[in-house]
Amino acid sequence: MTVSDKDLETAMADLMTVAPPTLAAGVLVELGIVDRYARFDAPIGSLVVAWNGLGVSAVEAAPDDATFESNHVARTGRRAVHADQLPESLAGAIARRLGGDRRVRIDLDLRGHTDFERDVWQKALEIPRGEVRPYGWIAAEIGRPKAVRAVGTALGHNPVPLIVPCHRVVRTDGSIGQYSLGGPGNKRTILAAEGLDVDAMESGARSGVRYLGSDTTHIVCLPTCHNAKRITAPHRVPFRSLRAAAGAGYRPCRECRPASGAIAA
Amino acid sequence: MDTDSTLISALARDLDGSFEALVLAHQDRLYSIALRLLGDRRDAEEAAQDAFVRAHRALATYEPERILELRLRPWLATIVLNLCRSRLARRAARAAIARPALSLDATELGTLEPRADDAAEPATTAVRRDARETWAALLLTLPPAYRSAVVLRHVDGLSYPEVATALDRPEGTVKAQVHRGLALLRTAFEAARQREREEMTA
Repeated sequence: MTVSDKDLETAMADLMTVAPPTLAAGVLVELGIVDRYARFDAPIGSLVVAWNGLGVSAVEAAPDDATFESNHVARTGRRAVHADQLPESLAGAIARRLGGDRRVRIDLDLRGHTDFERDVWQKALEIPRGEVRPYGWIAAEIGRPKAVRAVGTALGHNPVPLIVPCHRVVRTDGSIGQYSLGGPGNKRTILAAEGLDVDAMESGARSGVRYLGSDTTHIVCLPTCHNAKRITAPHRVPFRSLRAAAGAGYRPCRECRPASGAIAA
Repeated sequence: MDTDSTLISALARDLDGSFEALVLAHQDRLYSIALRLLGDRRDAEEAAQDAFVRAHRALATYEPERILELRLRPWLATIVLNLCRSRLARRAARAAIARPALSLDATELGTLEPRADDAAEPATTAVRRDARETWAALLLTLPPAYRSAVVLRHVDGLSYPEVATALDRPEGTVKAQVHRGLALLRTAFEAARQREREEMTA
């Protein structure tokens, strides 16, 4: 009773099997052809985070999965597939970034956006937690000082709010400005959660104070700069313009660079 | 073959837009090739995924003319085969470190031992189990050169010229390796059956 060639070939052909259902999705997500998404808890409630092999592609306050999926496909042209949770490493990285650690690396998938938008978002990433900068500051820092309105638009189109902290960019007059992730109320909540005294910032702005100087160092800062926060009350000198500060013998802080975006006055 | 030529012209036009169709059309064969070479489902899934990712990265650098000339079946087989080879080599290296006293042949066999959950069963159970499992296990005992030739020719069903292309070996060599591989399988199968009969009558 021997095994014929035909038997052998049939037995081998029978070893063809069906790929597990996770295989194709894994490939397409890795290549950034399809995205996955999961819920993430933030100070302003439950957010949807979407990602693929290239990086995080969306952060959105979608009320339900169906809304997110249709928004995502409309925005990116890519299907978004539900996942139970974020990959552990990504969840950890986001938590650390939101906790103020700017060194933690989070790859972003920003395909389909303009160089100008990427420049704006990249610059927003440099603003430390607990501080804010005016729209004009971003415009000046990226070498497009007249594009203040376009900076506002680009920040409004930020597909990954919180991770790219567009909430740390406020109007030049110091009022809080618009926010894409559910409106100005959320912006206030997030800034407060980051340790910024929003009321003090706004009342200072209303009274016309745009800069704070120290009469010991003769350095002038944007009001929320961490260097400005260290100035004790007796040494704090408010200024309405950089010209006034310069006239009083103050030089601009090298970290918050208040001269960027200063309205010529 | 017709679906492949439709697929290839779609890939040349819009790689990202048609890549899902390529994955769906070829995932069973790439997974099966990897599973029959590696013997482990998780390894096989990773190798097949990796193969598709590499295929996409390569296609992204090709001019449309070059994509149109591709022979998709053997090309994809080559990619997954190479990934399986390096996985087997890594496994052998790990085994050699773990058991430095064993000879090379014994080390190779060591990597082909049944999984832990199978190991608890009596030796003859393998033969009594589903014939498919038996053949899969026997296939894993073949020397790698024979194993890959048999898998491409008779599991995946590539033609001899395609197998020769995929393995980058002359067609004559490939034919000899397939025949030798099948002969070894037959011997191993009959020996296992003989053992089973002896144990039943004992």
